[in-house]
Amino acid sequence: MRYLLVEDNIELGDAVVARLSMDGHAVDHATTLAEARDWLAVAEYDLMLLDVMLPDGDGRQFLSEFRGKNPPPVIVLTARSQVSDRVDTLDLGADDYLTKPFDFSELEARCRAVLRRRGGPAPAVIPLGAALFDPSSGTLTHDGQEQVLRNRELRLLEVFVRNKGQILSKSQLLDRLFPQDAEISENAIEVYVGRLRKRLAEAGVQIETVRGMGYRMSLP
Amino acid sequence: MSAAARVWLGSIGRRLTVLLAVIAALLALLSWWMVTSFAREAAERTQDNVLIASATTIAEALWSEQDAIRLELPYSAFAMLDAIGEDRVFYRVATADETLTGYADLLPPSLPAAPGDVAVATLTYRGDAVRLVTVQRTVLAGQRPVTVMVSVAQTRSGVGAISAGLSRTAALLSFGFFLLAVGLGAVATRSSLRPLNSFAGAVARRGPSDLRPLRREVPDELSPLLAALNRLMDRLGQSIRRSEEFIAEAAHRIRTPLASVRAQAELALHTVEKDGEKQMLRRVIRAVDESSRSAGQLLDHATVSFRADALARDPIDLADLAGRVTASLQPTAEMKDIALNLDADGPARISGDAVLLESAFRNVLDNAIKYSPEDTAITVALDGENGHWRLSVRDQGRGFADEPLPELKERFRRGRNVAQVVGSGLGLTIAEDALEAHGGHLDLTAPKDGPGACVTLVLPAS
Repeated sequence: MRYLLVEDNIELGDAVVARLSMDGHAVDHATTLAEARDWLAVAEYDLMLLDVMLPDGDGRQFLSEFRGKNPPPVIVLTARSQVSDRVDTLDLGADDYLTKPFDFSELEARCRAVLRRRGGPAPAVIPLGAALFDPSSGTLTHDGQEQVLRNRELRLLEVFVRNKGQILSKSQLLDRLFPQDAEISENAIEVYVGRLRKRLAEAGVQIETVRGMGYRMSLP
Repeated sequence: MSAAARVWLGSIGRRLTVLLAVIAALLALLSWWMVTSFAREAAERTQDNVLIASATTIAEALWSEQDAIRLELPYSAFAMLDAIGEDRVFYRVATADETLTGYADLLPPSLPAAPGDVAVATLTYRGDAVRLVTVQRTVLAGQRPVTVMVSVAQTRSGVGAISAGLSRTAALLSFGFFLLAVGLGAVATRSSLRPLNSFAGAVARRGPSDLRPLRREVPDELSPLLAALNRLMDRLGQSIRRSEEFIAEAAHRIRTPLASVRAQAELALHTVEKDGEKQMLRRVIRAVDESSRSAGQLLDHATVSFRADALARDPIDLADLAGRVTASLQPTAEMKDIALNLDADGPARISGDAVLLESAFRNVLDNAIKYSPEDTAITVALDGENGHWRLSVRDQGRGFADEPLPELKERFRRGRNVAQVVGSGLGLTIAEDALEAHGGHLDLTAPKDGPGACVTLVLPAS
C-alpha cells in the first residue's frame, strides 16, 4: 500500500517511514505542505498521515482544501490533546487522529480500521494452501467456510505471510504484535501461534516450531 | 460596608425611590406649614376686624348729656362677637381719668396714636390669652372735648379651633399628596431604569463563551458602560485565544520530540538482538509514554478546568457521544482483542460542553481498556434514573485494590494494583472535574457479581 506521510520532524518521519516499509508499504515523506501538494499531484495514495503543525501552515487548513476532491483517507497526527483539538480535525474531514507519541502497533491498527471503513484499495486475496486469506476483511475462506480471525491472529498471520519460509523469533513476533508499553511474556506468542495453527490446519498450512530459534510458516 | 449602607447603595432604584420620597415628604411638610400659618393669620385678621367693628359700634353709641358722657351698650356690638365662637368677651369704656363702664383692670398696653386709629394687642388677661382692640373717640361734654377709649377684648380659643381644624385638613391633604408623589416616584424610577434592566438582561442571557461585542441601542448614559463591557469582552477573548494557543504550542513542543524518541526506540527494538538491550529500549519507551501521558493529561486538566469555569450549554445526546467515543477507541481495544459492547439507546439529552464530556468518557473508557486483560469484554451501558443519566463502563479487569474508592479520584492518585501500567493518575480527576462542572459526578463501584470495575458517569438530564 502507498502512504503519504506529512511530518516536519525528520527523526520521527524517518522512523515512521522505516517502520511502514518494514511492513511492505511504500511511503513518501513530505516535510512541508507545499511538498505534500506536489506529491499528491503526481501520485495516488491509499492513506495520508498528516501532522497538524507544519512550518508552512496548519494541517487543518490543508484538510479543508480537499473538500469535495475525493482525497485519500487521512489520519491526523497531533500533539494537541483530545480536549482542545479532536473535534476540529474530525469535523474538517479527517478519518481519525492519533496523539503523539504513538505506538506503531496502534498506528497500524488505526490505519487498518480507517481503510476498512473507507473500503480501502482493491482487496488482494492471498492463497494459503487450500484456503484464501483476505487481510483487509481479516477472513480465511476454506471449502466455502469463512472464518473471521481475531485481531492478533490476523496480524500474526500477516507477519508470517510477509516472511514466508523465514524463521521468526518469539521476540520479533512480540515486538510486532504488542504495544511496547505492555509487559507481555513470550508465552503469549505461543498462545496465539497455537490458535493460528488450529485455524490453518485444514488448509494444510503449517507453522513449525524451530527449536531454540522461533517459528516458520510453510505452505504445502 | 454596613448593612444599612448596602441597602442604600445596593440598588439605584431603591436609592432614587427613597430620595424622591424624602423630597416629597419635605414638600408636604412645607405646604402643611404654609397652609397652617395662612389659616392662623386669616382667622386672627377676621377676629381683629370683628373686634374693631365691635369697638367702633360701642364708640358710636357714646353721647353727652349735661356735661356727662353717656353710653348705652348696643347689643349688636356683642352679638357680632358671638360669630367667632364660645369665647369670653371683656370690654372697658374709659376716659383718661375714670372707667365709665366695663372691666376697670382691662388696660390696653398702648393707645392709638390718633383718633380714628386702632391699637391692637395680644395679652394675658385673667389667665387667658386675649386679643385686645382699642379705639378712641372724642366726645363733647358741654364745651369740653373728652377723649374716650373703648377697649374690647376676646379670648382666642375660637381662633385656635378654626386654625387647628384647617391645619388638620391641610395635614391630611399634604399626606395624600405625599403618598401620591411616592407612588409616582416609584413608577418614574422603574421606567427610567428599564433600559438598564434590559441591558443587564441581554448580558445575562449570553452564553458563557459568547464573547461577541454587544450591539444594542442604549441611552446615552449607558453607552460608556456598553463600550467598556465590549472592550473587556474583547480582551477576555484575546486572552482565552492566547491560552489555547499556548496550550497547543506547549503540547506540540513537548510531544513531538517525545514521539520521535519513542519511534526511534521502537525501531531499534527490531535491530538489537540481546535481551538486555531490548529490555533497555522497552524502559526508554515506557519512560517516554509515562512523561507524554502526564504532559498530555496535565494540559488536558488545565483545559478542562478552564472550560469548566465558563461552561457551554449545548444540547448533547449522550447516547450519540458514547457511540462516537466507543467507535474511536475500537482499534485500541482490538489490539488487545477486547470486545467493546455498546448498549446505549438514545436519545439521552443533556446540556453541556461536548468536548469536556467526551474527554471525561474517553478517559474512563481508555482506563478500562488499559487495565483490562487480553480477550475480555468491556460493556458500555446507558440508562436513566431519577432525572439522571448513568453512563457506565464495566470491565473484567483487575478491579480496584482494597482501598477507599473516593481517593482514586484525587489528583495524581493511582490504584495500588496498577504499578506496571503506564498512567499519570489524572484520568479520573479530569473526568470527575468535567462531570462536576455539569452538576454530575463519577461513581466507582466494584460489581458484586464478578471481577472487574464499574465506573459510572452520572449526569443530570435536561
